[in-house]
Amino acid sequence: MKNPDHRSESTDAPPDARRREALRCLAGWTGAAVVWSVVGGVPRAALAGAPPAKDARALRFVQISDTHIGFHKDANPDVVGSLRRATAAINALPQAPAFVVHTGDVSHLSKPEEFGQARELFQDLHVDRVHTVPGEHDALAEGVGGYLKVFDHDGKGRSWYSFDQHGVHFVGLDNVRNFGKGHLASIGAEQLAWLKADLAGVSHSTPVVVLAHIPLWTIYEPWGWGTADSAAALALLRPYGSVTVLNGHVHQVLQKVEGHVTLHTAMSLAYPLPTPGQEGVGEPGPVTVAAGELGKRLGTRAIRIVRGREPVALVDTPLEH
Amino acid sequence: MRLPHRNLSLAFALFAAASTRVSCALAAPAPVAVEITKFAYTPADLVVEPGATVTWTNRDETPHTVTSADGALASPALDTGDHWQRRFDAEGDYVYTCTLHPFMMGTVHVRRH
Repeated sequence: MKNPDHRSESTDAPPDARRREALRCLAGWTGAAVVWSVVGGVPRAALAGAPPAKDARALRFVQISDTHIGFHKDANPDVVGSLRRATAAINALPQAPAFVVHTGDVSHLSKPEEFGQARELFQDLHVDRVHTVPGEHDALAEGVGGYLKVFDHDGKGRSWYSFDQHGVHFVGLDNVRNFGKGHLASIGAEQLAWLKADLAGVSHSTPVVVLAHIPLWTIYEPWGWGTADSAAALALLRPYGSVTVLNGHVHQVLQKVEGHVTLHTAMSLAYPLPTPGQEGVGEPGPVTVAAGELGKRLGTRAIRIVRGREPVALVDTPLEH
Repeated sequence: MRLPHRNLSLAFALFAAASTRVSCALAAPAPVAVEITKFAYTPADLVVEPGATVTWTNRDETPHTVTSADGALASPALDTGDHWQRRFDAEGDYVYTCTLHPFMMGTVHVRRH
């Protein structure tokens, strides 16, 4: 999505509040945040003890997910407010990200006004563009037809695409529509054929980032937390030296490493979900947490990639920390 | 599609009422309700007479749908408290799921007793 007036100061917050937000975000880099570094397929977690290195060759971008514009239940009566807080935090990052990716469920019920409001709120992000992939909540109006009226990235009328930036190849997938009764959703043959053709022109030394809403590994099948044909997609990605898969859907941070492929789910900006198979919780419904706790369960993720210089760094920062 | 069948039913009902003098034979099959609670259709298996109307009501905080693969059932997204109705005239087994949560499954069996 192009955002021509992205430099306008559209936030309602006064300068002092923005400054506080900036300091809070800086604290995220230097204090509470955990940096996941993946070197040679081995993840290392460490408290971020120093500000990020200033490397002009680094590609920085931010992942947000599961904003659920239109949700208004007890678990979060103000999802718009949560997105605004995330926007302020992103705009205050010490080094501006190149763009923001949103990994699905931008809307709650696929209503045109929900998509429209999300697009409007994204205008407040001080980035050139926001790349989105659909979640199943975005596929409730003529499939993804309603979603594509607002988020058709390359004008081709389809919900998957690829692009290159800073020597990194990005792929956005739609894995929220093809489903069998009682089964996991899937990517589908058409898109897998497209992915194969798309990757054919990408050298194996190129870092690849894949965006998809539902995790590309099976986290918990009884709740549908997996993609039926993810193995077929991962097989196409396996020859690449650095593959980072960014998912949403489960509203919490989970990781998996498979050789050179690392998969990460992200926090939501709407409401928490239970941990997979959590005792006493029979279904993946919104969790209402104690007052003051919600901001600690919602958040954003900053990603930094330097081509030819691993590791990929991911910093998950709650809205409140 | 439905009209001739309904007329036939009506004719049959009138005949039944006249011959047996049971006034309730005029009544349509009792409405049937399916509750959607805790990510499950309750009851998940339902047997109804042809002509029955089934109403699904979502009691969850999460939206759900009532969707069959062949398109016979295609509800919009049902938010909390929303309900959706469908009348079943033709006999058969209608298997459905929720497009948001495909692990949810239900079946409406339409059979003459």
